[in-house]
Amino acid sequence: MAKQARTDIQKVEKGGMPTVTEQTRPGPVYSPSVDIFEKDDSITVLADMPGVKAQDLEIDLRERVLTLTGRVTPLDGSKESDVLREYESGTFFRQFTVSETIDQAKIDARLVDGVLRLELPKVDEARPRKINVRAD
Amino acid sequence: MLVGRVWPSRPTFDSPFADFDQVRREMLRWLDTVAGETFVDRGAGVFPPVNVTQDADNFYLRAEVPGIKPNELALSAVRNRVSLAGKRELPRQPEGVSYHRKERAEGSFNRTVTLPVEIDAQRVDARYADGILTLTLPKAEQTKPRQITVRT
Repeated sequence: MAKQARTDIQKVEKGGMPTVTEQTRPGPVYSPSVDIFEKDDSITVLADMPGVKAQDLEIDLRERVLTLTGRVTPLDGSKESDVLREYESGTFFRQFTVSETIDQAKIDARLVDGVLRLELPKVDEARPRKINVRAD
Repeated sequence: MLVGRVWPSRPTFDSPFADFDQVRREMLRWLDTVAGETFVDRGAGVFPPVNVTQDADNFYLRAEVPGIKPNELALSAVRNRVSLAGKRELPRQPEGVSYHRKERAEGSFNRTVTLPVEIDAQRVDARYADGILTLTLPKAEQTKPRQITVRT
């Protein structure tokens, strides 16, 4: 039986964006935390983007650069005054270079509870194949 | 920075010590500037990051908790304190998966936020959308200011 992990979750500061492109919108820009893992037939990207609605998320793929841009509309009402502020709302932005082994037409994206899940399937030629060795 | 941990920043409310707190923050800001770092209020340094706002009738607490199902959150309110507890578990990936990046954190959390005045714990409303938890915490009736008419 696997031992249950009992570690407390650590707060991670929202990271600023390395200046890749010129910023065209006001407000802070954050780099979302991501997990990227690879299987034989696909690569999966998971990104934490709290506050981003599906219609405010832009996923752009051109010249092998995958760009994620998620805009957050602050929920604060106009008549509210701050008591405690630990995070700011802004834009999530991150770019990845996608290799040619990805089938770019079949990329699938789902946004659930502020977590984006991107499935990047590999083209058939890039999938590992087992090669049988024949003995004569 | 170590100083930030020794004196965890906490919300400052109307209290006799508010002035001391102000001085303390000014000093921290100054120390950070000397150290060549830009000043950021690091909050309590506890997950999840929380914003609290208020209007005349309510407090609004908003927390960034992406990827946590609402039924995995345990919320409780008593007097002027609200507690958020829960666990963020990332689904296990099958054997043989190779990771390129692993930045998202998992684990359990339990956090209490103290509000400046008492709230009506019976009428607290909690909503969860797009990874953000919003609590509407009505201020208790007896804490609201009352207009007093002067009789002549």
